[in-house]
Amino acid sequence: MTSASAEIRNYTINFGPQHPAAHGVLRLVLELDGEVIVRADPHVGLLHRGTEKLAETRTFLQSVPYMDRLDYMSMMQNEHAYCMAIERLMGIEVPERAQYIRVMFDEITRVLNHLLWLGTHALDIGAMTVFLYAFREREDLMDVYEAVTGARMHAAYYRPGGVYRDLPDAMPQYQASKKKNESDLRRLNENRQGSVLDFIEDFSKRFFGYVDEYETLLTDNRIWKQRTVGIGVVEADRAKALGFTGPMLRGSGIVWDMRKMQPYAVYDKLDFEIPIGRTGDSYDRYLVRMEEMRQSNRLIQQCVAWLKANPGPVISDNHKVAPPSREAMKSNMEELIHHFKLFTEGMHVPEGEVYAAVEHSKGEFGVYMISDGANKPYRLKLRAPGFSHLAGLDEMSRGHMIADVVAIIGTLDIVFGDIDR
Amino acid sequence: MPLTPEVLLDRVNEALGDKVLTSKIAQEQITIEVPVGDWLEVCAILRDTHALAFDLMIDLCGVDYSAYKDGAWEGQRFAVVLNLLSIKRNHRLRVRTFCADDELPILPSLMEIWPAVNWFEREAFDLFGIVFDGHPDLRRILTDYGFIGHPFRKDFPISGHVEMRYDPELKRVVYQPVSIEPRVVTPRIVREDNYGAA
Repeated sequence: MTSASAEIRNYTINFGPQHPAAHGVLRLVLELDGEVIVRADPHVGLLHRGTEKLAETRTFLQSVPYMDRLDYMSMMQNEHAYCMAIERLMGIEVPERAQYIRVMFDEITRVLNHLLWLGTHALDIGAMTVFLYAFREREDLMDVYEAVTGARMHAAYYRPGGVYRDLPDAMPQYQASKKKNESDLRRLNENRQGSVLDFIEDFSKRFFGYVDEYETLLTDNRIWKQRTVGIGVVEADRAKALGFTGPMLRGSGIVWDMRKMQPYAVYDKLDFEIPIGRTGDSYDRYLVRMEEMRQSNRLIQQCVAWLKANPGPVISDNHKVAPPSREAMKSNMEELIHHFKLFTEGMHVPEGEVYAAVEHSKGEFGVYMISDGANKPYRLKLRAPGFSHLAGLDEMSRGHMIADVVAIIGTLDIVFGDIDR
Repeated sequence: MPLTPEVLLDRVNEALGDKVLTSKIAQEQITIEVPVGDWLEVCAILRDTHALAFDLMIDLCGVDYSAYKDGAWEGQRFAVVLNLLSIKRNHRLRVRTFCADDELPILPSLMEIWPAVNWFEREAFDLFGIVFDGHPDLRRILTDYGFIGHPFRKDFPISGHVEMRYDPELKRVVYQPVSIEPRVVTPRIVREDNYGAA
């Protein structure tokens, strides 16, 4: 069958949209020369829900929960950018305690995101154990989410003007059941005796050790290095040209972090460092994200210490933006009117346009909002970091083998909620 | 330390000269408007001028102004807004240009200047029907294969024109006109300035 004159042609194969390593609904059309990638053409939009158009038909407050469903691994950070855009247009001051709570939850969210990234990235490459470890810690943080907001993922906790409520005084505990006897319960509830802040503090003390555990599994692992070192290299200049942000940019050796360079909330009052990579390959980006988890943990500890010492209001007292307390609403006519107007007609944001961005776990997440003075945004553009990163996949994977595409998708840390919007 | 917006705007004006139609500083952010004819040239200057050095293209998006303030808008309908960041100098800028023709909004592609605009231009084409001349691969990106129309235009209904279901007789998925009635729960209201101010 094979002869010297046999025609050699490129193969085209479909990767996804139901491939477990495609991280969601990525359809990838790969053009192959043997097993080497000649061209990778990602087809996105399978999860397109038109969030931006939907937001144009909802009041400003009604769109907050949509933000959770964008990058559904970094829920609260999306809300942060959205609320910041409204606050800047309206010129609202956010109470300091609310800002510390926001920063603490931004960093908890970053840890959650990086744990999921680490687990799935390692799983794609063939390391099963890391996944189980990472999800064990995610469970604790999900419990924090649930204790504070009532939801494990889609929190809708940040509101324009602050956060929905203060941190609760008690951490929910495990209940007795057929499967849990007395001694199990005692062990499980041991660190849940105090407030939510006590639980977070306890977690952050343990967490440095956990990160070291993950590192012993991977950092010097021969297979891990063979699969990531020199894979998907992006030079510094190229990373900028392709519009990369976040760990993708820092992995290529560029010192850029919104939290340091253009600080928002209270990041300028906190002490943390920015890790950067050198070579711009998948392994360096892995190291950057691992160190980011440690730095996030440091930030969480600083916020916990501050929050324990400084009680105060957590949402603005401007009732054109934030609802009055339940008690005041029931006893005061004016507050009742405020409450009614806020939840029926919604707030009016002055005419203008603003771009508000946060350093999201994946890169720069921005909200560009145009308001014409109505109770709904005129145009809302969500700048998703994953969108630029996935556009760079073609360039990053050329010349690599099929199996490396999986490693590159893993290192991009993509989630389809924010790419497709 | 980043520059104050006023100083940065002076430098932008210096570099671009009379190519800046209007400029505005609000919320410490600069927005400039440039003529569509100078689009490529302006962007090249913004990237290459030493004092500006906008090396990262953050965002490019289309805007349909036809329903602005409930139809009080005069002027061209489609705009393209570019959000730029300079990592080298740590500052940001927003550039807007209006497409000359409302029927066929067209402007040159920025692929040569920032390769990052690739998918953003495809998105603006898909959602608004803005054509980027010179883009090497201007396909739809977010909507379905074979989608008709540009869904983010203000005259496109929120529930769309067609819906999809599985037809057990034909044994395939079929498209049919939408059966749901559009419903407005909270009407859109533009109030006068300072409405409700104490």
